[in-house]
Amino acid sequence: MNWDWSVVDAFMPRFWDGVLVTLQALFWGCLIAFTLGLVWAVAQRSPQKWISWPVTAITEFIRNTPLLVQLFFLFYVVPEWGPSMSPLTTGVIGLGLHYSTYTSEVYRSGIDAVPVGQWEAATALSLPRGHTWRAVILPQAIRRVIPALGNYVVSMLKDSPIIFAIGALEMLGEARGFSNETFTIEAYVVVGVAFLVIAYPASLLLRALERRLVQ
Amino acid sequence: MMTSEFFTSWFLPGVWVTIQVTLFSAALAGVVAFVIGTLRTSRFWIVRFLSGTYFEIFRGTSALVLMFLFVFAIPLMFRWQFISPMVAGIVALGLTYGAYGSEVVRGSLAAVAPAQREAGIALSFTRMQRLRRIELPQAWPEMIPAFNNLLIELLKGTSLVSLVTVADMTFAGNLLRLATNESAPIYTLLLVLYFVFAFILTRGMRLLERQAKARIGQKPEKLGLLSGLRAKPSTDVVTGTGGVK
Amino acid sequence: MSSDTNTTNDAVNPAVDSNELIRFDKVVKRFGDNVVLDHLDFSVDSGKHVTLIGPSGSGKTTILRLLMTLLKPDEGTIKVGGQYLTHEEKNGKLVPAGEKHVRDVRKNIGMVFQQFNLFPNMKVLRNITEAPVQVLGLSKDEADQRARELLELVGLTEHIDKYPTQLSGGQQQRVAIARALAMRPQVLLLDEVTSALDPELVAGVLDVLRDIAHTTDITMLCVTHEMNFARDISDQVLMFDAGRVIESGAPEKIFGDPDHQRTREFLSAVL
Repeated sequence: MNWDWSVVDAFMPRFWDGVLVTLQALFWGCLIAFTLGLVWAVAQRSPQKWISWPVTAITEFIRNTPLLVQLFFLFYVVPEWGPSMSPLTTGVIGLGLHYSTYTSEVYRSGIDAVPVGQWEAATALSLPRGHTWRAVILPQAIRRVIPALGNYVVSMLKDSPIIFAIGALEMLGEARGFSNETFTIEAYVVVGVAFLVIAYPASLLLRALERRLVQ
Repeated sequence: MMTSEFFTSWFLPGVWVTIQVTLFSAALAGVVAFVIGTLRTSRFWIVRFLSGTYFEIFRGTSALVLMFLFVFAIPLMFRWQFISPMVAGIVALGLTYGAYGSEVVRGSLAAVAPAQREAGIALSFTRMQRLRRIELPQAWPEMIPAFNNLLIELLKGTSLVSLVTVADMTFAGNLLRLATNESAPIYTLLLVLYFVFAFILTRGMRLLERQAKARIGQKPEKLGLLSGLRAKPSTDVVTGTGGVK
Repeated sequence: MSSDTNTTNDAVNPAVDSNELIRFDKVVKRFGDNVVLDHLDFSVDSGKHVTLIGPSGSGKTTILRLLMTLLKPDEGTIKVGGQYLTHEEKNGKLVPAGEKHVRDVRKNIGMVFQQFNLFPNMKVLRNITEAPVQVLGLSKDEADQRARELLELVGLTEHIDKYPTQLSGGQQQRVAIARALAMRPQVLLLDEVTSALDPELVAGVLDVLRDIAHTTDITMLCVTHEMNFARDISDQVLMFDAGRVIESGAPEKIFGDPDHQRTREFLSAVL
């Protein structure tokens, strides 16, 4: 087996740069996914067909097409008639948008799980619809969905290396650059292990959280 | 715009590669899912531990990183390489999505009523007979919706092989952009094609589900055309968890 | 599992009736701190119909589940047809039985469950033939033939090609009875077989069981709340309380003039 620890040492500075980019992409991507997903979920429940129907169609389309091609679309097509964005910004938007269609499903099941009696009670008290959402339904729904949302953070982490395809130098992008320049392979292994080291404890943590919240 | 020559010499073969990668990796993932999923219900802790470790490792790994390891790192580390990057991609996808599938199999087996196991014991079936004739056939219709979602995730995942030099349809699309500088029609076409494939797969799986449910005397729920491509299974195959309780 | 102490039991009880089919010997079963069976001794003779009665939680169902090896005793031994059920004799010592031994002995026992537990993925016919073919090695034709006879016995010939979910609860339970009988067991265990049924369906199932009790020589061990049925088919009734048999005898005696105060209280509560 060919393995050289000194190559690992040499890769480390760039590895940490990559980790930083990965975490940035993950943080902002999650922020977008969590807020936009909630917007989709509430919009899909709208009694107005002209709101709920297009939102359903758009989210279905995004959810059933590859993130990679969506990133290419955002990076190469959107600037033709819209703003030009850096690779990282494009990556964040792509990740966030793609995963918002998953989180919207999560919110939706959370909202569905709130007993009908809660809506009826709110109606009986003549609470306005907006207030019912804010003060009654969402607080109950969101508590239920926190573990599921957390699991999507781990999924996004594992999908984050895709953004290197449009030139954002996260962990895998750094490893590829380094390996191509030095004709070595250790960097890939380091990155592979890094994902495991981050993802496994994270999923253990989430399982513990799930047990505490779902009782 | 897209020339017809380019279309026939690059794009159509690319579509064919995408279909092949999807089918082969789905077949591998199916085998892995059933083997690992069944082993995870074993009565021997060591078997459960090892198969559970497989699940955790591949659930914690990024499919793309795994592909890079298979295509670039393993050949140099062990002086052994896959027949082609396409095979490496298929294996990486199959092993990863098989791990998620194992959770579907395990979960559905666990959801078979314990009374069914007892009835099997009362009739003196062996463990294997119970698994093969009672538990798996009953769990199967419950698995299909989750497998449907997993299959779509896998289809989307096949686009990653373009990043390890496999000439699938995403790869062909990128070549076309470089050649023509026309990105809007190309990527729109790609997105629509993936969507159509996902739609076809879903219809197929719905059919399968209807048959499977009829075979255990259940009626499937009616779903309209716009009821969404995805089923609402008990296992969330994107995260490999139970989803929202 | 402390079985060593029981190896000498045969010496203590040398007069083992050759007609004895089931024997519980000082069987203890606990769930946590709760002792469900407390050094239980009892036996059932071949061909007899024995009913276990008593308040719920008194351990009746536990006895059936022990016999079906769905549970393991914490202490004591169970014999079926002279063979240990949960133990094997190796070099004169009793050791916990391997799976093959358990299956061999268990083939003599059939069970009908409260919730029927038919296999929903198989049609009625295959529910009945599956085990005879797979476990006993019958040919498909033999098993089919046997199943058809049994379906006639339980009066469901016309439903042979249906799935369990297409049948009423009473019909499902009759299929379950046929399924258990298809294994030609020496003992049939009946675990509150009518308590999950709508009242109007109970009679049909009990009629089938009465028929079987009166026309075959199969040994029956029932747990039931149907006292009239118990009186009708039983040769012997065992009254359970707190994990012990507190009284046993012919149904006329137990239902007519029980000795024990607890039996009287129980019967006046359920009758």
